[in-house]
Amino acid sequence: MQSIAELLGLLPGYSSIPETYRALIPVVVSCVVIFACMALAVLFAVWLERKVSAHIQDRLGPMYVGGWHGWAQTLADAVKLLLKEDIVPASADKLLFKVAPFVVFLGAFAAFVVIPFGASSFVADLNIGLLYVFAVGSLSVIGIIMAGWASNNKYSLYGGMRAAAQIISYEIPSAIAIMTVVIPVGSLSLVEIVNAQQGGIQNWFIFRYPPLVFLGFIIYFIASLAEVNRTPFDIPEAESELVAGYHTEYSGMRFAFFFLAEYANMFLVASVATALFLGGWTWFVPESVVPQFIPGPVLFFGKVLALVFVQMWLRWSLPRLRVDQLMYLSWKVLLPASLALVLGVGWVTVYW
Amino acid sequence: MEVEYSGDVMTLNMGPQHPSTHGVLRLELKTDGEIVAAAIPHIGYLHRCFEKHVENVDYAGVVPYTDRMDYCAAMNMELGYVLAVEKLMGIEVNNRVRCIRIVMAELGRIASHLIAAGTYGNDIGSFTPFLWCFRDRERILDMFEETCGARLLYNYNWIGGLMFDIKPGFEDKLIEFLDYFEPQVDNLNRLLSDNWIFIKRTAEVGILSPETAISYGVTGPNLRGSGVKFDVRRDEPYLGYDEFDFEIPVGQGEYGPVGSCWDRYMVRIREVKESCKIIRQAVAKLTPGDVHESIPKRIKPPAGEIYMRTECPRGELGYYIVSDGGLKPYRLKVKSPCFTVMSAFEEVSRGAMISDVIAILGSFDIVLGEIDR
Amino acid sequence: MNAQEIAALLTEKFGGRIIESKSDGINPYSIVDPAAILEISRFLCSDERLALDHLELLGGADYKDRIEVVYVLYSMKHHHRYTVKCRLPRENPSLQTVESVWKVANWHEREAFDMFGIVFEGHSDLRRILCPDDWEGYPLRKDYKYPTSYRDMPV
Repeated sequence: MQSIAELLGLLPGYSSIPETYRALIPVVVSCVVIFACMALAVLFAVWLERKVSAHIQDRLGPMYVGGWHGWAQTLADAVKLLLKEDIVPASADKLLFKVAPFVVFLGAFAAFVVIPFGASSFVADLNIGLLYVFAVGSLSVIGIIMAGWASNNKYSLYGGMRAAAQIISYEIPSAIAIMTVVIPVGSLSLVEIVNAQQGGIQNWFIFRYPPLVFLGFIIYFIASLAEVNRTPFDIPEAESELVAGYHTEYSGMRFAFFFLAEYANMFLVASVATALFLGGWTWFVPESVVPQFIPGPVLFFGKVLALVFVQMWLRWSLPRLRVDQLMYLSWKVLLPASLALVLGVGWVTVYW
Repeated sequence: MEVEYSGDVMTLNMGPQHPSTHGVLRLELKTDGEIVAAAIPHIGYLHRCFEKHVENVDYAGVVPYTDRMDYCAAMNMELGYVLAVEKLMGIEVNNRVRCIRIVMAELGRIASHLIAAGTYGNDIGSFTPFLWCFRDRERILDMFEETCGARLLYNYNWIGGLMFDIKPGFEDKLIEFLDYFEPQVDNLNRLLSDNWIFIKRTAEVGILSPETAISYGVTGPNLRGSGVKFDVRRDEPYLGYDEFDFEIPVGQGEYGPVGSCWDRYMVRIREVKESCKIIRQAVAKLTPGDVHESIPKRIKPPAGEIYMRTECPRGELGYYIVSDGGLKPYRLKVKSPCFTVMSAFEEVSRGAMISDVIAILGSFDIVLGEIDR
Repeated sequence: MNAQEIAALLTEKFGGRIIESKSDGINPYSIVDPAAILEISRFLCSDERLALDHLELLGGADYKDRIEVVYVLYSMKHHHRYTVKCRLPRENPSLQTVESVWKVANWHEREAFDMFGIVFEGHSDLRRILCPDDWEGYPLRKDYKYPTSYRDMPV
């Protein structure tokens, strides 16, 4: 944000804007930049998912739109969704029905402001960054319940209820698993956590106190899959059971917002995992050995993409769990395991 | 099973338009949260009066209608019908016709079981097996197309013979396909059948005990999944199936009680391998001959009646034909395997969860075209 | 057991209630008294020598002067088959349900009711199964008049 403020300062007449407004401008600009970047990334992810799934399934996927391997397919789909009729069911709760997709979308995108993409590429470095991510990320569950309830459709209601139960259950093990990183650093600020991992791959938290933090990473990754409703935890929108779950009744742009939010959420959990466990923007080896020649944000995005790819890979290989099995996994496996890890990491940090 | 209900029971109409009711089936679910107190099937949305139709067309004209019953295994549907009429008329076909019919029937069985396995994976939430299975099924359909010009509804088996002989080089293509296909079955097992989640989802739900299965007239892979070693090809041979060497896979309950969804699914996968064996043997037995040799000029069976059954991919398909000595069947009743297994659905799915209802329905592998006829 | 033996056993057990047996054709059968169908079914299913535990087919057939109900039975244990038939009048045909003997009879009887109007007494849920609930007439009867409209929609 500082660098954006400096860049803006170069604009002619910038300094003539009153001080009170001038403080706001960099915030707005950087938010717009983040939003644009994430929207592009999501479009790219949708295309990537199609190609990944296609190749896993022994087919080609989109090949025509835009020329090279159908790169413009998602753009074409976005245009199509924009132009589609916006249908609101006659018996739906109209206000909630219309607002719900934006709530989900807001929750997914607002969390990005604290993600440190590079050493200086972040909107805000909150000292409670992680807490903020979790709090804002949880907004989406409210949107999902709103959508499920307002659609006035039994399948949507089932989807909404399943989503509420699932997301809330899985937030607990994922939040506890993150403690394995927060305890050694002693801070909730994502920038500080990444800074603590400087100096090569051996300092990344995923390799710290082996295998304690590594297990924490695994727990976080599994729980985050459940939080973003990806297979094998895509129970809220289980297509073969609940038709499409909470977004059964949605069409056109409102459906697209759910879709964008899902992919933005994938990026969000992958970004958090990258910042916490995979060293964020930091380079693989100490600077003294090989200088970092890839810009930090690109490196960060590469790591995020690798995690997103794993999410896709899992989605196209695994079947779906049942509701009770999902709850069993959360409360009886992941939660005790993460608690034990926190105890282990705490003990190691204090007495080693 | 007795279920205690904690709150109000909600009625959830699953279907007729629903992604995994495999056609236009309506399940009336009485749900208490995720638990299904009763699942009442309502059928008839695809009723096309098959049995009334055939009373108004001549015997040869019935064959295309049989195709349209089980459109996933049309070869086997018409085979059962022509065998019944041939038996009623006392027609004997030559060895070439017999062997080609067996090859086609077993290819049809593989194609049908591929749909069953693929869509079952989809029901459980794994989409990739579906496309893998369809990739292989396409090759079978290509071979059908090469032989008779149609990909789905063939009208290939005629009373007393076949529509066309196989094209030159068909045998080589067949063997080439089998060589390619048999390892693919193992791939499918690695991807889906032995997957831990898949086993957890299917191996302990939808238990159909052998006694219940027999009482409900369940046949075919669903019956064998319950551990009953019964196969019409072996126990009441037609087309000379008794000369072939093949195993009858039954559910063994590796991961849970015998008769679970997983057992029924696995019986199909194992049957596919046995079908490959049968095809190889049938190709070896193929002798030259004329496939039109015993086609009668005029199909006019003597007055009488017959019940003939064959082993279809979905169970035993029976044709009860009453002839009054005329050119049209006086009465034709079809015993549909899916119809009988669907009648057991209500009992099997009682007290299951919504996800299990889908798993059970998928493991029965029904085709609504055949249930409703 | 072959068909002759089954026919002989049935005649020995039920005497006059077996109206006619034809055990030499390709589909051997016995015509039995409709009033005794439940009793005969129980015997066929539970007798050790017969054990016809698999009801393969239950269907009606309209012969213009009468309606027949056909039961094709098979034994999973002994691998033999037998057919039992009942002859009913065309007006208000009815006989007892065999649902308690073979569970699959439930749906088959519903279908026979739907298509021929045969009433199965004691059936737990005798509704139309393939046609809509408010359909008129019994389609597989030979004198069935094709409707021209259904709920004001032309057919």
